[in-house]
Parts: sequence; C-alpha cells; structure tokens
Amino acid sequence: METGTVKVKRGLAEMLKGGVIMDVTTVEQAKIAEEAGAVAVMALERVPADIRAEGGVARMSDPEMILKIMDAVSIPVMAKARIGHFVEAQILEALEIDYIDESEVLTPADELYHINKHAFKVPFVCGARNLGEALRRIGEGAAMIRTKGEAGTGDVVEAVRHIRQVNEDIRRVVSASPEELMTIAKELGAPYELVLEVKELGRLPVVNFAAGGIATPADAALMMQLGCDGIFVGSGIFKSDNPYKRAKAIVEATAHYNDAKLLAKVSAGIGTAMRGMNIGAMKEEEKIAGRGW
Amino acid sequence: MKIGVLALQGAVREHCQAIRACGAEPVEIKYVDQLQEIDGLIIPGGESTTVGKLMVRHEMIEPLQRMGAEGFPVFGTCTGLILLAKDIHGSDQPRLGLMDMTVERNAFGRQIASFEMDLSIPEIGGPDFHAIFIRAPYISRVGPGVRVLAEYEGKILMARENNLLAAAFHPELTEDLRIHRYFLEIVSNYIK
Repeated sequence: METGTVKVKRGLAEMLKGGVIMDVTTVEQAKIAEEAGAVAVMALERVPADIRAEGGVARMSDPEMILKIMDAVSIPVMAKARIGHFVEAQILEALEIDYIDESEVLTPADELYHINKHAFKVPFVCGARNLGEALRRIGEGAAMIRTKGEAGTGDVVEAVRHIRQVNEDIRRVVSASPEELMTIAKELGAPYELVLEVKELGRLPVVNFAAGGIATPADAALMMQLGCDGIFVGSGIFKSDNPYKRAKAIVEATAHYNDAKLLAKVSAGIGTAMRGMNIGAMKEEEKIAGRGW
Repeated sequence: MKIGVLALQGAVREHCQAIRACGAEPVEIKYVDQLQEIDGLIIPGGESTTVGKLMVRHEMIEPLQRMGAEGFPVFGTCTGLILLAKDIHGSDQPRLGLMDMTVERNAFGRQIASFEMDLSIPEIGGPDFHAIFIRAPYISRVGPGVRVLAEYEGKILMARENNLLAAAFHPELTEDLRIHRYFLEIVSNYIK
C-alpha cells in the first residue's frame, strides 16, 4: 500500500473535474457551498476581494478555522500557503488538508523559489498564466493547475487571457516537429520532458481549472467552453447578494456549460453579482497575477 | 454497443477512453432522455454529494432506479459505488440505492491517506489488479444477493448484484481494461 504517489495526487484533481471549488471563510459558508453542490471548498480567513481592500500581509489562515471547516463538510477542503512558504505548507499537511493552493493571492514569502512540492504527500494546485509557468509548477510537483486570473476583481478578462495563452502554447507544442521541441522548451522556460508529454497528450498532464475573476454562471461556462476542466470561485459567491442561489447556478452552469437554454434559465433571478473592479482601469502594481514566475 | 458515462461531474474522460479502448462506443450522459439510447451506464468517480444533487435536479434518480431494477447494467466507481448503495453510513444524501449494501464514505481517511495497491480480484482472471483509491469508500455490509469480488483486511472493495457492479477504486485511472471488459460482458448478456 503506497500513499502520496503522483497518481493519487493527480487523481483527486481528476475527480474534481466538471465541478466548482468555492472560497469560504466560515463553517456556515462551507455548509452553504456543500449544499449548493460544490466539489470542494477553499478555507481562508479573507476572500481575495477583502485582501485587496484591506491590504497588509496576507498569510496562511488560522489552523483552528481550517479544522472547523474540515469538520463541518464531507467534501475535500483546500487551503492556501504563501508562494515559497514551505513551512505553512508543512503545517497544512499536518492538519491533513486535502489540497494546498500555493497562491499568489497571499503575499509571497520567497521571490526566487516556489515550494518543492514533491516533498509533500498532500497534493498542490498552483496558478499559471501560460504553458511555461504551468509546466514549471508541474516540474516542482504541482498535481493541478489553475489560471491565475486576477483574484478578487470579479473581472474575468485575465482568466480568459491566461487560458487562451495556455491553449495557444499547447497548440504550438502539438504542431511542432521533434527538432523544434527543445527550442520551444527553452523559450517557454519549461522542463523538456514535460513539453514532450504535452505533445503526446495534446493537453496539460494535469487537470487545469479556471480561477481569478469568475462571478457569474456565464463566466463559469465561458471558461469551460475555453477548455478549463472546472472552476474556482473566490469572492464571486459570498460577495454577491444571494450566495446560495448564485453558488447553485454556477454549479449547474459548470456541469452544462454547452447548454445555452439551461444557462439562460439558471442565470435568471439570482440577484446581483459582486460589484467588482475593472482590471483595465487598474495600475500594474495593483495586480497580483504577476506574483510568482 | 453504446455505454453511457454519467457526465454531470467527475472523471468522465478517462471512462470514455477505457470504453473506446475496449471497442465499444462511449456516450456522455447529461440528460435523462439520453438514457434510452444506451445499453449500460457507468457512474464515474467525482464528488458523490455533487453528483447526487445534480441527478436529483435533472430528475434522473427515479428513471434509473426503475431501469436498474429491470436489469439495466450500471457500474459505479468510487462515487458511483456510493450512489448505488442502499445505505450510506451517517448520510442522507441523494442516491440510487439499488444495491443491498452499506458503504462508509472517505473510509480510509482524508486525501493524505489515498493509496495505490495490488488487489486480488479472482473474478476478472489474471494477476492482481493495480487499484487506485482516492478518498475512497468501502462496503461494510452486503445483503444476501450481493457477491463480494474483492476485499482487503475485511473491507469490501468490489461487489456485484446481478446487473449492478461497484468498485471503491478507479480502474479508469490505469491502463488495465479487465474491469471495463468485465462490465461490457454484463452489458452484452443484458442485450441478448
């Protein structure tokens, strides 16, 4: 009997496909998320929109709060560690969290290095803006990838940019001849072996979710139609005026992302979405997707 | 032969690949009226609470209960096993409840306890099957009509009740097609 293998780490992400993972800050929110049909919850003290508004250093959440949420629901529970903060990750592993998000939403702890994720039995998900970044994280041991998007804005434009970039990079790898692949690996800054794997599979070797700015059922379906395997919703649910209805609608939209009639039905009468902020009007230094490399 | 894969959430792609590799035609099932087009159904791994709720919202529970009771073959892996069980320890979540057995959810612990191991399954023939267990359930009780196909340390990991097959692990995550072939045999007998 072998635990913590690449297969079981990547395997859990495979089981989450077609599902919605929701940010929750309390036991009550976690229960609402589960009732609405979430496949997992992300336990954190402040949703990204509040981290943005309040500023200061954003760190791993209080273990007490994480444990309470783990007790309250039967679905997997994830939590965030700062980029490069392997001790926060060790603590989360000691709590037996189901997945660790090494997240740019928190303040990075290391400007040079991400966590060596191979050293852990608990799987990791990491953000990426392009194929090179995704493959670097997979090379470090990430078992799941998500777009970075621009968390806490309710503006889906960056998530769209990131999945389109990943798709474009994958098409380039797939159509390349064998002698081109090393040069592509060099240009992407990606491990050569993983570039070969992408060429063979025609997709990332791990599950790829959308994250960062998803606020409506239509946003979720858009990301699914663009080829994402599932959806993270951060501030979008509990910053809206009817979280349960919206959460349920986003679950439906993710399962039936190609069914415009159903999308119309579930988008109706779910109240007002989070107000959000227009990324186009933001200064470069206000964006968090640039954290990590 | 057309094999449906319930495509509301979970590891749908992997089951479709396995079905294709066995020479049958996979059909992704998202709506209740599609059930008429298929000869058998696989309920893949996923989150059982999510899949159960979506089955209720799309009114799939009762038609599938009727079909399953009339001999229509259904194979559940992990989440599928949970949804096939009559009793789920400590939970009132939605289910098909077609197989006379009790299951324990997340029975081996959280993700950190997820594991791989070689499992003896005499019914499918050949060497041990390399089985992948992810936050897996096991069967703690079976009724008289249910045949145990695999167990480990007293925990039942695979079982069959006539046309219904259930595994606590994920044969769709390995290349070994023996279990999918075994299910396709059940389906071809049903068609006859």
